[in-house]
Amino acid sequence: MSYAVRDDSGYAVVELTGDVDLSASPEARSAILGCLAQARNVLVDLSRVTYIDSSGVASLVEGYQTAKKKKLRFGLIGVSEAALSVLKLARLDKVFPIHATINERIRADG
Amino acid sequence: MTGQRLLKVKFPADPRILRKVREHVREACERGGCCEQVVSQIVLAVNEACSNIIRHAYKGSGAGEIILEIFNNGRELEFHLRDFAEPVDLTSIGPRDPREIKPGGLGTLFIREIMDECAYGHVQGKAGNFLHMKKRIA
Repeated sequence: MSYAVRDDSGYAVVELTGDVDLSASPEARSAILGCLAQARNVLVDLSRVTYIDSSGVASLVEGYQTAKKKKLRFGLIGVSEAALSVLKLARLDKVFPIHATINERIRADG
Repeated sequence: MTGQRLLKVKFPADPRILRKVREHVREACERGGCCEQVVSQIVLAVNEACSNIIRHAYKGSGAGEIILEIFNNGRELEFHLRDFAEPVDLTSIGPRDPREIKPGGLGTLFIREIMDECAYGHVQGKAGNFLHMKKRIA
């Protein structure tokens, strides 16, 4: 897995690429929580995620909960089919705010 | 343990090997006649089982080995995982409540959701733990 962080429209967009499994999720978690520690709103872009397991999903849950505590915005964008099927299995597809693109999310923010 | 053995692989309890293990499992399940959706689910469940062994049985030390075998008896695929770690507390293994939103316990939840049967135990007379899982395919 690799990741990149970019600023876009008031969000830190954490773009994950590849397989987010036990070997990679600590890095994903650190990237997400690092942005939240800097009081940045976070969107995690999962469009290039080819595989995600429970440890990767746990990183997203931690990000979601941390953002909630800090009253920051958090969400997922461009969720790949592979990632969406796992989020559905975890029954989290209705918990995370999920949008196709950052523009769609910004429109939803109003 | 019946039927044709589709796979036997022994690998280090190291997270970096999981990608390769997933490839082996995918290829074996495809040979076992599973459709793409079922293959993907099985790959996830076996990955979670291996991850749990690495994290909880071997405590993330990176040491130790895991043996995975897959059998096809025509009606179901059987997955046998074995480690050589200290016996784990079997009462501590359980999925989280799916209604709860928390990071832990998801792997066991995935296994229970995907597999039709799963059984944990200690290897009698030897060090280690086992996990047997079954998935109906016919």
